[in-house]
This record gives sequence, C-alpha cells and structure tokens, in this order.
Amino acid sequence: MAGKIISKSNWGQFVNSLIRQSGEVFGVKPKDTKYDFGKLSNSNELCLDYDVTLLPPKKYFLPPYDKLVTFSRNRADNTAFTTEPSIEDTRRVIIGVHPYDIKGLTTLDAVFATTDPPDTNYTARRQNTIIIGINCLNPSPTAFAASIDCHTVNSGFDLMLTDIGAGYTITIGTTAGEQLLNKYAITSDATPTELAEAAHLIQASADKYQTALAIPLTEIPALLEQHYENPVWQELGNKCLSCGSCVMVCPTCFCYDVQDKTSPSLTNVERYRSWDACVLTDYALIASGENFRPDAISRLKHRYYCKGKYMLARYGQPGCVGCGRCVTACLPDIASPAATYNKIIEGQVK
Amino acid sequence: MTANKANIHLPQPAKIVRAEWLTANKQKKLFELRLENGRELGYLPGQFVEVSVFGIGEAPISITSSPTSKGSFELAVRAVGNVTNALIKLEKSDTLGIRGPFGNGYPIPSLLGRDILIVAGGTGLFPLRSLIHYLLDNRKSFGRIIIFFGAKNPSTRVFLSELAQWQSRNDIEYLETVDQCDEHWTGTTGVITCLFPEVIIEPAKTTAILVGPPAMYKFAIVEAKKKGIADEQIILSLERRMKCGIGKCGHCQINDIYVCRDGPVFSYAQIKHLEEGI
Repeated sequence: MAGKIISKSNWGQFVNSLIRQSGEVFGVKPKDTKYDFGKLSNSNELCLDYDVTLLPPKKYFLPPYDKLVTFSRNRADNTAFTTEPSIEDTRRVIIGVHPYDIKGLTTLDAVFATTDPPDTNYTARRQNTIIIGINCLNPSPTAFAASIDCHTVNSGFDLMLTDIGAGYTITIGTTAGEQLLNKYAITSDATPTELAEAAHLIQASADKYQTALAIPLTEIPALLEQHYENPVWQELGNKCLSCGSCVMVCPTCFCYDVQDKTSPSLTNVERYRSWDACVLTDYALIASGENFRPDAISRLKHRYYCKGKYMLARYGQPGCVGCGRCVTACLPDIASPAATYNKIIEGQVK
Repeated sequence: MTANKANIHLPQPAKIVRAEWLTANKQKKLFELRLENGRELGYLPGQFVEVSVFGIGEAPISITSSPTSKGSFELAVRAVGNVTNALIKLEKSDTLGIRGPFGNGYPIPSLLGRDILIVAGGTGLFPLRSLIHYLLDNRKSFGRIIIFFGAKNPSTRVFLSELAQWQSRNDIEYLETVDQCDEHWTGTTGVITCLFPEVIIEPAKTTAILVGPPAMYKFAIVEAKKKGIADEQIILSLERRMKCGIGKCGHCQINDIYVCRDGPVFSYAQIKHLEEGI
C-alpha cells in the first residue's frame, strides 16, 4: 500500500497549521494520569502515544448536551410560538482517534446517518469533521479490540498514522485528508521499509492485548439466543449499581433523553438531548407507571443483548468495539462484554 | 447555525381549533388541530405524533381522527404524565408543536374484505377511534365490524354520542362493559374479556385489533386465540416511552425492535417470542 511519511517535527508544524487555519482542532491530551480528547491550542499539547481516552470522540458528534430546537413565544400573541432548529456544526479536525473508536463512529453512523431518517445534527457534524486516526500500539489492559477485529480499520478516517519512531507513516483515507496534507504538511513518500515497519508494529500490537473474547463477535448473537435464562444475568445484575457509567463511556452507546429548559422570562424554551442509559432505573418507564425493565437484572441483561445481538441484527454493526472503557468505569466490575460472554461460553457461572 | 428544512427534531406549530372535555372529571380532552403551515398532516389510522407543549416538553400521542376527514386532525388526551397534564389545560386557539406522523399504523390493505373485531380497553379507544372512523367511512370495503369497548366505570366512558351511534347502527355489532358499575348503569358489568362469549365469529375471516393496557393484552389475546383467530390476525398496538419517534433515542426498544418505527402496531405473531414484549 502506498503511503506517506512525516517527520515528528514536520508533524508538529502540520498540527499547528491546522490549529491556525482549519477551524477547531481537537486531539488527545494527558489528563492527570489518563488521557482525554480536548481542544488543542498548540501541537505540543497533543499526546499520540496513549492507551485509551477517558471518553470516546463520540462527544463531538453526539454531545452530552445537544441543543436541538428553540421555541419562542410570539410577543403579540401569547398563545402562539415559533420553532427554530439549532445545529452546532463548526468545521473540526480530530487528531489521534484509535481504530476501535473509528469503528465506534461507524456504528453511530449506522444509527444516525444511514438509517432513515438521518439525524440532522449528527450528520451535519460528521460531514464537517476530519478524522486523523492513529494505530494503537500500546493498548489498555482492559481492551480486547484485537479479538473482535476492531484494532485496525481500512476506512472511516481521512488520514491514519502509525508511529514508527522517527516519524509517522500516513495512510490516506479520503481526498479531504489528502488535500489537508498537500496544503499544510511537508511529507514524502514512505519507503517500503518504513511501510513494512508500520505493518509489523500494527501486527505486533495485536499480541499486546491482555483480554480477548473467546469466539468471533459474529457468533455472539447465536450464543446469546441460547442463554436468555443463564444465571449469569442474575449474578451480575444483583451487583449492578444502575449508575450508567458503562454507557456514559461507551463509543457505541447512543440512546438519549430529551428535555425542555425554559428561560427565566418564560418566553424562550431550549429543547436539548443528553446522553441516557438503558441501565438507569426509569429508562423504560412510561407515563402510566409501567416500567418494562424495572430491575437491575433485566436492564443489565438488555445492555449485554443490545451490544452482542440487537445492534448486529438491526444495524449490521457491532455494539462493542473492545475499547475496555466500561471495564475501567464499572465499580462492581461487571461491565466487561468480553469477560461476561466468555463466562457464558465457558459455562463457569457460579 | 444551519437551518434545515428536513430537520427531524423540529416541531411544526399547530393551532387548537376546538377543545372539549371528554369526561366530567376533566381528565380526558379532545383537541382538533390545524398545522399553521396549512398543510395536511397526512397520516394512517394507528399512527401517532410527538406533541410539544410550550415550556413543558414532548410526548407521543396517538391520532384519534381518521385521515378520511380532511383539513384538521384530532388528538384525544388523558392526563397521566407531565406533558399530558399540561396539555389538557390548553384551550381553543392555543398552539402546540407537532412532529410526525410516526409509526406504521394499521395494515389497512390486509384488512380489506375481512371481518374486524375491535377490542378497545379504556384509553385504547383513542387510537382505535381513528380506525373505526376509517372503516365506517369505507364501510363496503370490510366485512362485519364488531366493537368491544371496556371502561373502568361509567364515568370514564368517552365519545358518548359516538358510542350511542355505533350501538344503533345495523352494520356494526357494538358491545360494551364496565369493570365497576354504578346505580345508573344498566349495561354489562365485568372486564372486557366477558364480551368474547357474546359473539360468534368466523375465525378464518376475522382480524382482531386490540388496544388497551398491558394487562388487557394478556387476557384478551387468550380469548381471541380461543375463538380460533390466528396469531397473525391478532393485531395490537404497544405503548412505550417514544421520545424521538424516529428510531434513534432507544427508549421504546424491545430487543432489536423499535416500537416507534417498526410499530406501534404489531401482530401477535411478530412479538409473542420477544422478551418484555407484552
């Protein structure tokens, strides 16, 4: 595969050019002892040798607080009002997205962009955002992306980097990515040796994952079909705090709540959506008081079935990309899809 | 900020052109609405809209009028949640926000020529009224029309003049019951399933269409099956917390089914295997 190479000093200059001239630029930054995506003001804030970020880049496409509509009272006639759409879709570049998070965005695309009707706000942001990915060479101890084929991607990015020490090899994914390079970066064609080195590093990274799902992800639906009554759901559900942390950090979870907020003058209302979680108590509650998943067991089970079965059935995309964030976020340590599905496979439920 | 004509989140203002209480205790109200842009809503019986009340929020409400009546549409509302409690306080010439119509609606083409057994439990009459009006406006296209209506007690009965009309028509078999009677009630007393033994149907020709609370489904489906009606011909409408109406927010999910997109109308055959379905 043809590719480019950029030296690390030229890379820094490229990022600084983007910050100056290409809208908002976000990238991976250290945050205490961890990492997170944040707005860049200089290339030296960027840290591309990281294991996993606290939150996935989902927040740039489906923000935790997403204003949808403004309602305004008609001043002359207080029985009437008008409605205005609201879409924050500034041009953006996101730097340092790992392949599993790119897969996560592909899943979100299936929900919000390619399934009718497309979500106006999501698609506007997606179209206005450049993704510069980087292969993950030192995965997090809780990640299992390699075992579900989410540690590499062939698409879903504009540019994809691999750190080979002296510089980054660059795979061009789109013409938009190529134009950005042509305009702002000093690159050269990567030599066969450099490309071989990158390929070797990516291959070697697969062996660094400490966790693995024991069977292919595509076999999970059939497995779950056989285990609706498995005692594992009770065992894990009894420990679940219904806190929603596993969902909040997930790159593929997309469910949302809609709320209206009235201005103090009572003349304007802002409708926004915010992240919601199927494991929260009142998620499936209806007005009459009926709750279709009233206990933690049925809610946690729904999460596992959604991730392992329903998402594939409905969207043809995985509901889990093996990033391991939920494993880290879960206090009672019951959220790992790999660990739970493996438990069922092994029949080791106690 | 970009304006987009096809914005899926944007409600269209609609004017209330008529509002009337449906019960003496002012817990249920009928609204006739017109979209302010002058367009027809364009809907099928069994579909719903997302209704915005200014400053309160949005809730899914089934359409109770039939598309055979043009120019406006009707919503019947029972005060149960935040939005509906605020909604019933609104009056003629107030404005609502409308998104939709959403959902699949009743499978009208597959009902043509068939006998229709309608089973309406309480507020379940609201969406079914849309279908009943549609059937009556196209009366010759359908076989027998049998309507069962069950209310909690006589005071919760709604659309009284229409109920009386259905009762008096020769081309409808109308039966009703109340769970609890009062001193004035002369009709049947008992839960809605007590009406099933009252009619003889031809199961192969009959489609049963049920709308009511989850508890009603459990028992009414059994009765319909006892009559010999096939699972594919038992049609019901499910209630869930449909926040977006467009298959995104996830609240109405039952396994891999989204009630707002794939339903709310399902055949019993489609959903009987689903955990949490009924």
